[in-house]
Amino acid sequence: MHPIIKLVAQRLALGILLLFAASAMIFGLTEALPGDAAQAVLGQAATPESLANLREEMGLNEPAITRYFDWLGGIMTGDLGTSIVNRLDIGESVGKRLGNTLFLAFWAAVVSVPLAIFLGLLAVRYRDRWPDKLISAVTLTTISIPEFLIGYVLVYFIAVKLGWGSALAMVNDSMSLGQKLNAIALPVLVLTLVVLAHMMRMTRAAILNVMQSPYIETAELKGLSTFNVIAKHAFPNAVSPIVNVVMLNLAYLVVGVVVVEVVFVYPGMGQFLVDAVTKRDVPVVLACGVIFAAIYIGLNMMADIISILANPRLRHPK
Amino acid sequence: MTNELDYLKKRAGQGKLSRREFIGKTGALGVSAAAAGTMFATAVHAEGPKKGGVFKLGSIGGESTNSLDPATWASQMPYHIGRQFADPLVEVAADGSIESRLAESVESTPDAKTWMFTLRKDVEFHNGKTMTGDDVLKTMERHSNEESKSGALGIMKGIESMKVDGDVFSVTLKDANADLPYLMADYHLMIQPNGGMDAPDAGVGTGPYKVDVNEPGVRAAFSKFENYWGDDAHYDGVEIIAINDSTARTAALQSGQVHAINRVEPKVAGLLGRAPNINVNSTPGRGHYVFIMHTDTAPFDNNELRLALKYAMNRTEMVDKILRGYGSVGNDMPINAAYPLFDASIEQREFDLAKAAEHYKKSGHDGSPIILRTADGAFPGAVDASALFQQTAAQAGIPLEIKREPNDGYWSEVWNKQPFCCSYWGGRPVQDQMYATAYLSTADWNDTKFKNEDFDKMLFAARAELDPAKRKAIYSDMGKLVRNEGGLICPMFNDFIDGVSTDIAGWETDPSGELMSGQITRKTWFA
Repeated sequence: MHPIIKLVAQRLALGILLLFAASAMIFGLTEALPGDAAQAVLGQAATPESLANLREEMGLNEPAITRYFDWLGGIMTGDLGTSIVNRLDIGESVGKRLGNTLFLAFWAAVVSVPLAIFLGLLAVRYRDRWPDKLISAVTLTTISIPEFLIGYVLVYFIAVKLGWGSALAMVNDSMSLGQKLNAIALPVLVLTLVVLAHMMRMTRAAILNVMQSPYIETAELKGLSTFNVIAKHAFPNAVSPIVNVVMLNLAYLVVGVVVVEVVFVYPGMGQFLVDAVTKRDVPVVLACGVIFAAIYIGLNMMADIISILANPRLRHPK
Repeated sequence: MTNELDYLKKRAGQGKLSRREFIGKTGALGVSAAAAGTMFATAVHAEGPKKGGVFKLGSIGGESTNSLDPATWASQMPYHIGRQFADPLVEVAADGSIESRLAESVESTPDAKTWMFTLRKDVEFHNGKTMTGDDVLKTMERHSNEESKSGALGIMKGIESMKVDGDVFSVTLKDANADLPYLMADYHLMIQPNGGMDAPDAGVGTGPYKVDVNEPGVRAAFSKFENYWGDDAHYDGVEIIAINDSTARTAALQSGQVHAINRVEPKVAGLLGRAPNINVNSTPGRGHYVFIMHTDTAPFDNNELRLALKYAMNRTEMVDKILRGYGSVGNDMPINAAYPLFDASIEQREFDLAKAAEHYKKSGHDGSPIILRTADGAFPGAVDASALFQQTAAQAGIPLEIKREPNDGYWSEVWNKQPFCCSYWGGRPVQDQMYATAYLSTADWNDTKFKNEDFDKMLFAARAELDPAKRKAIYSDMGKLVRNEGGLICPMFNDFIDGVSTDIAGWETDPSGELMSGQITRKTWFA
């Protein structure tokens, strides 16, 4: 077998194993939280009688292990189950939310990744001169400000004062792509500002590192333009760390945007998960957790594979 | 000038002038902006409601776990959703009287034990079915039977039997209750086809707007039901958007994406009200923020210590700092002037360090720290309020120790379990219900563990008493009993603070709940 195929197969198997571990851990931790779904739903309005009725209906009287394996059996056959709180089909409701999250993450990535890499290259080109310093200063400032604050500031000035964007990033099926993009403009901007610095700095550092190598000196001595040297000779050899940090940030754009979702009232996965945890809706928490874990593991695996493919030494192991 | 003013008023009434234009033009005639604002509102009101438009509401309390099943409703968004698509038998009107909804009239036998609701005829459900007495009976059964998990289960307990005879739905109670119609106005008791026995969360009711879209925790959209039985409800459609973050809610109102929001934070209410296109409406209600002590657990089983803590509470400071003035001081009883039959002559308890110290000394408490549990979720500002209380108590020599609990699980692990904690009550339409819910010895939610036989007897006596003067006297005694011996420290009653766009006309103050007790989409219209 080709070593790369073997490697990918190994990684996949490991990833699936990790997913199981993650689901068991999520289940265990939600069980350990104080209170159960019945209490969370009834809240202050709980009476012993209504609690007992609701527990029976939710199937909470079954032992935890049984419930976990029931769920596991379901997911093996592609059935995510139903929410124990509002009895809606999880696959359907998660699907919609996941679609929204991916939509936002996709557009944030489309804007931020090329911009970050371009700014990184630009920073190397003008290393230690004012463009480099300006780029670093601005991106480091935006990453240092908490994202909800950036969000609120942008909402206040752009949506409320200027009336340009939309304060609520509500998207639904009846909207056209243009309307949707208009609605998510502000959150995309916030996310871009938040993830830009990390990727930009890593691009800059990785390329600078390569720039110290003798072959770059040779390229320079051949008389190539600085930008050509960076783009054609330095960048390909710096891809591996850059891809790693880009993938990490993509994962963040999918799984870590709860705060931005709250600020812009965006109907994504984050808010969905928080609601489910508050209501102890274990099947939904599990479904969300496993999806998040899968995305995280998947993107990291992709980063590994791409950096192997980008490196001839790893591509052709002796 | 009068002619011109009348002309402008007329134009405003017809909706041809915006509020801002009106104020500008009347300003030119020498009318102050404040006076012009009032004139505009009156002019618009006088012209009568206008039809049309889609009303958008930004609401807190939207969760992806919400359901359309009325039995499960507990937070604000489902409450407002319910008000759109369904109706209860009766409603509590803004003046505290009973307003007829699906029941045309309500009568009782002289002993207040049997109540007859005469049902409205020709009321159609959104699925085309005509409402019958059977639907009403089944609804009530679903909320009160043994399998019920309804939020209204507590108030349905006193019912002995129910029956339907033609158009009359009658309820027989175990004990007399002069306030039964108020209990039937509970927002869970929405009449559903076949009582919702087949499909509790189908979202089918008799309300003015029918459900088009329901995305739990995101939004719900409604359109006017063409066969709605009433003549109010002036909008073509309604959209309710879940905006749980208070800053986002405010921003949405400011940028005009919604026409009204609930739960404006007291600290921004003043600033928001200054915006030209927004009215901040503060409504004194029956909701109150409380510190509750279990009267059966040491050291709170000692009334001297309870009194010491009550006197150590600086109520005015609480209203000023925690509610920013959007509220009123409490008097250690769960009742205020917003309730019918309230006795205003009961002496107000003042902040008195000397008395607090005296009672504390008499209690003989050993001086070990008294643990007060609190969480942000107990009521808005609960942690700050606890810190203020700790300081005033310390001045009286009472050592309070604050233990901060997570919001998550607060209602299941702390409230009604720990002997001293922060909490809130939304209030009830009538005194009987408030006392029966939380101060009767046998009540499930007796969160102060207040068990007093005399009190219980008075409660039942007041229920059976149909003479308002006598009832008022009994309620007054009950209030004093709770105030002087109970485990409740009630420093403040909070107002409902709603933000409403000036495009909306027809607002009226309703102490029963936020946003005109949820009736905003039915009783207002676009100016």
